Amino acid sequence: MNFIKTIVAAGLVAASTSAFAADITGAGATFPFPLYSKWADSYKKETGNGLNYQSIGSGAGIKQIIAKTVTFGASDMPLKSEQLDKEGMIQWPQAMGALVPVVNLEGIKPGELVFTGELLGDIYLGKVKKWDDPAIAKLNPKLKLPTDAITVVRRSDGSGTTFLWTDYLSKTNAEWKTKVGAGTAVEWPTGVGAKGNEGVAGNVGQTKNSIGYVEYAYAKQNKLTHAGVINKAGKTVQPTIGAFQAAAANADWAGAKNYYVILTDQAGEASWPITGATFILMHKDATDKAAAKEAIKFFTWAFAKGDKMAEDLDYIPMPDSVVKMIEKTWTAEIKS
Amino acid sequence: MSGVKPAPEPGHLGYTVQGIGVADMAVQSDIMEAAGPYDRAKALSAFKFGDVTFYWITRACAISVLLILGGIIVSLIAGAWPAIREYGFSFLFTSRWAPSNDPPVLGALGPIYGTLVTSVIAMTIAIPVGLGIAIFLTELCPQWLRRPIGIAVELLAGIPSIIYGMWGFFVLGPFMADSFQPFVIKVFDGVPILGTIFAGPPSYLSLFNASLILAIMVLPFITAISVDVFKTVPPVLKEAAYGVGCTTWEVVRNVVIPYTKVGVIGGIMLALGRALGETMAVTFIIGNAFKITGSVFSPGTTISAAIASEFAESDGLHQSGLILLGLLLFVLTFFVLAAARIMLMRLEKKAGN
Repeated sequence: MNFIKTIVAAGLVAASTSAFAADITGAGATFPFPLYSKWADSYKKETGNGLNYQSIGSGAGIKQIIAKTVTFGASDMPLKSEQLDKEGMIQWPQAMGALVPVVNLEGIKPGELVFTGELLGDIYLGKVKKWDDPAIAKLNPKLKLPTDAITVVRRSDGSGTTFLWTDYLSKTNAEWKTKVGAGTAVEWPTGVGAKGNEGVAGNVGQTKNSIGYVEYAYAKQNKLTHAGVINKAGKTVQPTIGAFQAAAANADWAGAKNYYVILTDQAGEASWPITGATFILMHKDATDKAAAKEAIKFFTWAFAKGDKMAEDLDYIPMPDSVVKMIEKTWTAEIKS
Repeated sequence: MSGVKPAPEPGHLGYTVQGIGVADMAVQSDIMEAAGPYDRAKALSAFKFGDVTFYWITRACAISVLLILGGIIVSLIAGAWPAIREYGFSFLFTSRWAPSNDPPVLGALGPIYGTLVTSVIAMTIAIPVGLGIAIFLTELCPQWLRRPIGIAVELLAGIPSIIYGMWGFFVLGPFMADSFQPFVIKVFDGVPILGTIFAGPPSYLSLFNASLILAIMVLPFITAISVDVFKTVPPVLKEAAYGVGCTTWEVVRNVVIPYTKVGVIGGIMLALGRALGETMAVTFIIGNAFKITGSVFSPGTTISAAIASEFAESDGLHQSGLILLGLLLFVLTFFVLAAARIMLMRLEKKAGN
């Protein structure tokens, strides 16, 4: 089994590592890919050092870093402490981002439609089948919704984005929690599967009367109609950088061991409920120490100079206090 | 190892004589006579050495195919072993696919069902159309139209499957969901059995749309091979049939098809093989849902689409289950090809009698 995994991992990385020996290699989540590639671009201009990041998905990223075929892995789902200790790895949050529900409905403008987590859960369970269902009408009395069936779009591949989404649904919909639960790939009760954030965005953009969930940047770039969500405090919030920051401000990074924090369904009147951090994984005792050093240099640079770029792309930079903690972790844990 | 010495001597003579042009013959034999018997033996042994080397090189090439095939089978079985041990035969009959459960519940019935349904529908559409094109091209088509249609069919075969997927997603899917499917759903509404097969709601991504794309993709295989074998029918047979007053349909039905049955079935089996294994285009438009519903307008998945969309993020038993799916597809295609072989052998025997 391990043998096959190594072969697959080696095959996947073979393509990525061939460019330059000096490049830092990383692989993992698709969620932060737009941000990492922008950072890599500026970093290359400034320092001449490249970063080669393959957005192959969180699960594959975790596998690659465990197999030591890359310098760092990236995942939207934090690893539990036991697993980190077992593999001799550390993790830290690199940035935060948000998911938005998106719909394709004629005559509905962005932000007009409002959902609760429970209703989203019922739609994804296949219990609410049509757009004129009383449960939707109750939350949206002023909107004229079609009598058509809802086409539910979700990810077909395993994904950290799916983890955040299903985690949110589990926290807000009891039936979802018992029947489906949270995970990077779940047993979907209904819907059509599309590959990647871009696949879901494409499907929703294409399919009339559909609903899906994507990372906010994808919704914006594809000009999809996002919906508002009623948060834990009972207030309707729209996906704005302010609402994401409000949710992120709640996170107790200092109190969490190995930065294990999941940011969905946070309290606070302005908090956007489907917010999450994206994590970087590295070995404490890397085989290629020089490469590890280069990678840490890059992340230090990103924390110091990358905030503006992150905000431009609607990600939320890590607060300075957390960055200080992370830098302490690096000096304490990573052997050089 | 009985074939190690493939009777080199007679083979050599044939080789030497064939290798020398008529004009060189005289010169060559002059030299040979002048050189005497010793050199003749030397020359022969040089030829022999060349032949043996050539024999071993080609033999190694041929054996490498067996090694690669064996290696693939062994690694598939090794990779699938944890899943085989965990699920056994129930893997084939379980329709649940819940990789995130602890322990994961995996069943292949959904993908197997999707693979078979899409292939059957695709072949039902592609066989008559493909044969129709081939018959028109060889029997009825005016000369000036033959080349454009022939080239178009060949181009169809050359289009990468991802392009079919995109076309299916952006053009065919919306068209089917907005016009064709609602119409069919209305027509069959309330009819027993057919009402279930064509039940709503219309969907952009469905088993039926995937089948249509598959039909278009395998069409060139059927057409190209049929055209080739139809051309082998001796004109004299056809002319005789026309001579006794047969219509074109009767000639095709009673002369051309019986004469070329073997080749046509070969083409169809090749097409079926492609339909069973096609991945990229299908992944785009089938909807990737592990559900079995009676309706062909609902989303589903196939074995290859399931592997393509889940493999990167899988691990442990989930990954092993996906490899087991791959093994199943391998076995399925093997049986299709084997069945084709047996049928062809029977037909050949019949034709021989």
